[in-house]
Amino acid sequence: MGRSRQALSDLWKWLDDRIGFAPFAELARKKEVPVHRHSVWYYLGGMTLFLFLVQVVTGVLLLFYYRPSAEEAYESVQFLMAEVEFGWLVRSLHSWAANLMIFTVFIHLFSVLLLKAYRPPREITWLSGVGLLVLALAFGFTGYLLPWNELAFFATRVGTEIVGVFPLVGSFAKQLLRGGEDVSGATLTRFYAIHVAILPSITVLLIGLHLFMVQRHGMSIPPDVAEKRETRRSLPFVPNFLLRDLVGWLAALGVLAALAAFVPAELGTKADPFAPAPIGIKPEWYFMFMFHTLKLLPSHILVFEGEVVGAMAFALAGLLLLIIPFLDRGSARGERSHLFTWIGVGIIADGGAALAARFPTPLGSWTPPTPAGQLSHMRDDVGHNGT
Amino acid sequence: MSGASQSGGASRRRFVNWILGTGVGGILLAIFYPVTRYLIPPASAESAASSVVLPFAPEEIAPNNGRLFRFGNRAGILVRTPDGELRAFSAVCSHLECTVQYRDDISRIWCACHNGHFDLSGRNVAGPPPRPLDAFEVNVRGDQIVVSRGA
Repeated sequence: MGRSRQALSDLWKWLDDRIGFAPFAELARKKEVPVHRHSVWYYLGGMTLFLFLVQVVTGVLLLFYYRPSAEEAYESVQFLMAEVEFGWLVRSLHSWAANLMIFTVFIHLFSVLLLKAYRPPREITWLSGVGLLVLALAFGFTGYLLPWNELAFFATRVGTEIVGVFPLVGSFAKQLLRGGEDVSGATLTRFYAIHVAILPSITVLLIGLHLFMVQRHGMSIPPDVAEKRETRRSLPFVPNFLLRDLVGWLAALGVLAALAAFVPAELGTKADPFAPAPIGIKPEWYFMFMFHTLKLLPSHILVFEGEVVGAMAFALAGLLLLIIPFLDRGSARGERSHLFTWIGVGIIADGGAALAARFPTPLGSWTPPTPAGQLSHMRDDVGHNGT
Repeated sequence: MSGASQSGGASRRRFVNWILGTGVGGILLAIFYPVTRYLIPPASAESAASSVVLPFAPEEIAPNNGRLFRFGNRAGILVRTPDGELRAFSAVCSHLECTVQYRDDISRIWCACHNGHFDLSGRNVAGPPPRPLDAFEVNVRGDQIVVSRGA
């Protein structure tokens, strides 16, 4: 016992002489997390990171069986779900962790938005965070197509067509994404390359930058807490906060395992480019706000086609979200900026309303009313939409 | 160091920087140009088919009914109106390219993706589609239906 302990400490010293652990030990000793009534939101970023790690592990496992071609993709996923031991579990974990990760990303974003944690000097942390949100959505969009089922096929057609309506660059970008004129096997191999190679490498770099910036500036203290003159309480990161973080990760793992075991991922029917779009087709919940907006927009707004206006509006909204730290000058000066609080509440309410429309009400699925002057009796009746 | 050799050094440095900059620029160009060209998909031959014989006979499609068919590498829809007339359109929705279907309960061509409605002349009559469906010509020759692109 004593000798093995000696050997370990010799190995440690050998590594320390070559690597130099002192700065890391110093960082771990000094790092503290403020304690106040909003502290609970500090756990969301770490939880998102944990779910990303789950995605990396389960994603690598899926690669062992998945075949990226229009002829074989659906069958290989079917084989994985039906024949491979725990194949259903690995795929269900990947699918559920993706949804949970996007959920925690959004909660993280909203909490940062409402607590104004984007105030100087944390603009780069915000920018890299919004970048990571876009990457998470891109992961969701590209991964959705890979099983090559009917829903994914039409979701991809619509999604890439939205890119296509942008003036000047749109049709070129659409063709680049699709690998041709239409969604086909060429699109599948492209999305596969993007999903398993390009997005992960960019994400790792951006997570690195994001975490570095968090280390550099420490946790942001919300304005209402910072205003109070009372003595600030804080918690050492190692081991107190880290252990609490781990409890959060364990809870997330529990939720994830329960969801994957009791509500396994579905596969649906194989994509058929010559079949009509299935009745009741819907995108993933995190693209719901886009789906409902596109459904509600009339065919023409002034001289422009409705979907062009919609696509431009989404791009503009994304850009505004990105540059919020530079728009909110009041918060930057340390003032309370209620306008930006309301903007944050508005974004959350809009996303919530679009989501609520997805879930069936006691009266059946809610369908947005057809704009006045159009054939209101043409609306989907409940029975039709539910089939 | 004399002034002359200093200015000589400065111009040498400028020259070396220029050579280095051009060299690095050339290398980057030599990497990114082929990568960019590689990523742009080769132009696939547009389906030359200007007409297609449908794999079903005229009597197989009842009035107030529609059926999808292949037109080259895209989908088309053949409709028999309640009056018994045969019409054919592109089945690609003019909104965001979903594939449309016939709804006999309302006698319209309908897109499930964003609730777009087209009448039996292919006109966009409700919902978000901005343009009508492309119309094809339908000719019945014996028990064959021939659909062709309009002139």
